[in-house]
Amino acid sequence: MAAENITIAESEPPKIALWNDPQARALFFQIIVLGGLIFCGGFIVNNTMENLARQGIASGFGFLKTTAGFAIGYSPFLEYSEENTYFRALVVGLLNTILVAGIGVFFATVIGFIVGVARLSNNWLIAKIALVYIEILRNIPLLLQIFVWYFGVLRSLPGPSQSASVADSIFINNRGMFAPKPVFEDGFSVIVIAFLVAVFAIIFLKKWAKNRQDETGRIFPVFWASFGMLIAFPLLAATVTKFPMIWEPTALKGFNFHGGMEIPPELVALTLALSTYTAAFIAEIVRAGITSVNKGQTEASYALGLRPGPTLRLVIIPQALRVIIPPLTSQYLNLTKNSSLAAAIAYPDIVLVFGGTVLMQTGQAIEIISIIMGFYLLVSLLISMFMNWYNSKMALVER
Amino acid sequence: MNTQARTYEVGTHPDMLPPPSTVGIQGWIRTNLLSSPTNILLTMVAIYLIYALFPPVLNFFIFDAIWNGNDSSVCRTKEGGPVAAACWPFVKVWMKQLMYGRYPDAELWRINLSYLLFAGSVVAVTIPGVPGKKWTAIFLLFVFPVLCYFLFSGGSFGLSYVETSEWGGLFLTLVIAFTGIIASLPIGIVLALGRRSNMPVIRAMCVAFIELWRGVPLITVLFMSSVMFPLFMPEGVNFDKLIRALVGVTLFSAAYMAEVVRGGLQAIPKGQYEGAMALGLNFPKMMYFIVMPQALKMVIPGIVNTFIGLFKDTTLVSVIGLFDFLGMVQSASTNPEWLGFVNTGYAFAALVYWVFCFSMSQFSQHIERKLHTGH
Repeated sequence: MAAENITIAESEPPKIALWNDPQARALFFQIIVLGGLIFCGGFIVNNTMENLARQGIASGFGFLKTTAGFAIGYSPFLEYSEENTYFRALVVGLLNTILVAGIGVFFATVIGFIVGVARLSNNWLIAKIALVYIEILRNIPLLLQIFVWYFGVLRSLPGPSQSASVADSIFINNRGMFAPKPVFEDGFSVIVIAFLVAVFAIIFLKKWAKNRQDETGRIFPVFWASFGMLIAFPLLAATVTKFPMIWEPTALKGFNFHGGMEIPPELVALTLALSTYTAAFIAEIVRAGITSVNKGQTEASYALGLRPGPTLRLVIIPQALRVIIPPLTSQYLNLTKNSSLAAAIAYPDIVLVFGGTVLMQTGQAIEIISIIMGFYLLVSLLISMFMNWYNSKMALVER
Repeated sequence: MNTQARTYEVGTHPDMLPPPSTVGIQGWIRTNLLSSPTNILLTMVAIYLIYALFPPVLNFFIFDAIWNGNDSSVCRTKEGGPVAAACWPFVKVWMKQLMYGRYPDAELWRINLSYLLFAGSVVAVTIPGVPGKKWTAIFLLFVFPVLCYFLFSGGSFGLSYVETSEWGGLFLTLVIAFTGIIASLPIGIVLALGRRSNMPVIRAMCVAFIELWRGVPLITVLFMSSVMFPLFMPEGVNFDKLIRALVGVTLFSAAYMAEVVRGGLQAIPKGQYEGAMALGLNFPKMMYFIVMPQALKMVIPGIVNTFIGLFKDTTLVSVIGLFDFLGMVQSASTNPEWLGFVNTGYAFAALVYWVFCFSMSQFSQHIERKLHTGH
């Protein structure tokens, strides 16, 4: 018996049939799948080439350099007219998307944190109101909410001559929101420089305060000092340069308001709907984050002698943020993607400008859809890169 | 009043009631609404909010609303403008279009029959104690969709053909949502397995597919399906607009489904895989008998949540010219006779969507609690 075993152990491993060898199988499957993919891809590319040739549609991105010939209703950052190229129209659309996403993210975060904290309030009424807000807003489709804000609320406001006003300087009517516009005169750059100086000073102050605390244990009130510097430096600069900024007022002339800053109703409706809708989801994330921090953490930090303020700042918030930030970034990403619903109420974002007008004019579906998808993919790639960086920075350091 | 403290023998002190201010309604109000100055302030803010929001909403929906009538004249003021509250005759008049679109009257029984079948099978699956759960589930997942296809489009078995351009309303919304979820489940499972596979080519393909779809908004996917798919197909092959939208929605939700299923797969302990392999099961058997039953059960709430998201997202198909429920509301409110009643339409739509989504999310939470058998 034993002798037999030894001979087996010393002999070559038994031959496996090729179709039972896991590695050969894996290789085989991958070749099959890759082949199928290439075949399908080839089929699609071939069909597309034929279809494009038959319909006489040009291909390539050359069209970006030709004249667009259509107007865009709202372009706050870039001068744009019908004589400009498609490329400039693309940039205008991109900027409009970024604008609406930026404002939306800001307000969604503010409302979301307020509602999320309110949901955990000791006050029964406040907690229930927050709950009702969350359950109503997140269970109604976003597009419907945009429609309600746009057609239901903003479009049914009175006309310019009867517009509602805040302190006779900001006017709201069915053509949008009109507010005074800041106009910067010579010397305003001094204020900007003063602000930047304050920012750099704060960075140094923070480093210095940390070093001093490490060495001597004395704490410097960094927050209030920074806050003061941030206000005082630009204010000082402004007094020296005699306030080089005036407000250009807006006023009713004829049938509409002129001068000042005009915010179209589409933008107002879109940001309102996006931020209140996303805020409902952010509120739930915030609530989950705060409840995830064990009560023992608070008690331990009190036991170490920390007062409630530092406990919140140094113990609770850092741990809650570790839970909050990853889903929060994905909500920001969702908000950015949802801003594409702008197309439904004719706010000129990238989808409406490019997927609507330009597609209609040029018929170059593949290039245009790829540009739009590429933009959104780039945004989500950047956000997920940030998330990975943040997660690795914040991950619990375990033994 | 007896000011002298009484002394009791050890063990003879009578039980005393808690102070009346800490129990009952009074105690509840004290602890929950008026426990501190901040709390009192918050209560006042809350009462103001309720006062500012609830009466107008109730007035709009119920007290000031017009309930009776069969045309728009009952909802107009003397000057001819619309009243500033809900005009329910609008919903009453357009009910058929909102529910079924332009589906022929004589054929509505097909849709209603499918609703009945669906409701019956769901009840049979969810209520404990009803026999034949497995077969009902198989019917619901595999037979029912095919049956619905033949019922709705007709053209065979003596049923007259109904073009998909006549489908609409809530019916179309449900068709898109359910097709999306049922078709995306198997694709999502395959993608999730592919993403966890050891084969680099397959893994890379699945990751690319999932991340591509998850990175773009549904509206661009719908645009793509409506303008790019026709270019991909050989000459003469022409897909219906609805089919194209369904393909787009399915691929889109399959990517999300894949991530949900992957979550379930990751939660299965490695010992389960090793145990299955030690028993000599091959990969399909290991997945079918050991891993998937546990993983899928675990992700039911996630699947329901994906479904809620998909249900809300179906509203986007109105952008590519399909008349789903919201699209029908929009188009009804542009009818010349009914101009100005768009708010009633939105109120009704919001109510319907809310009831669907809220009940589904409650269901998913119920399942979550039921499945949460750990500590």
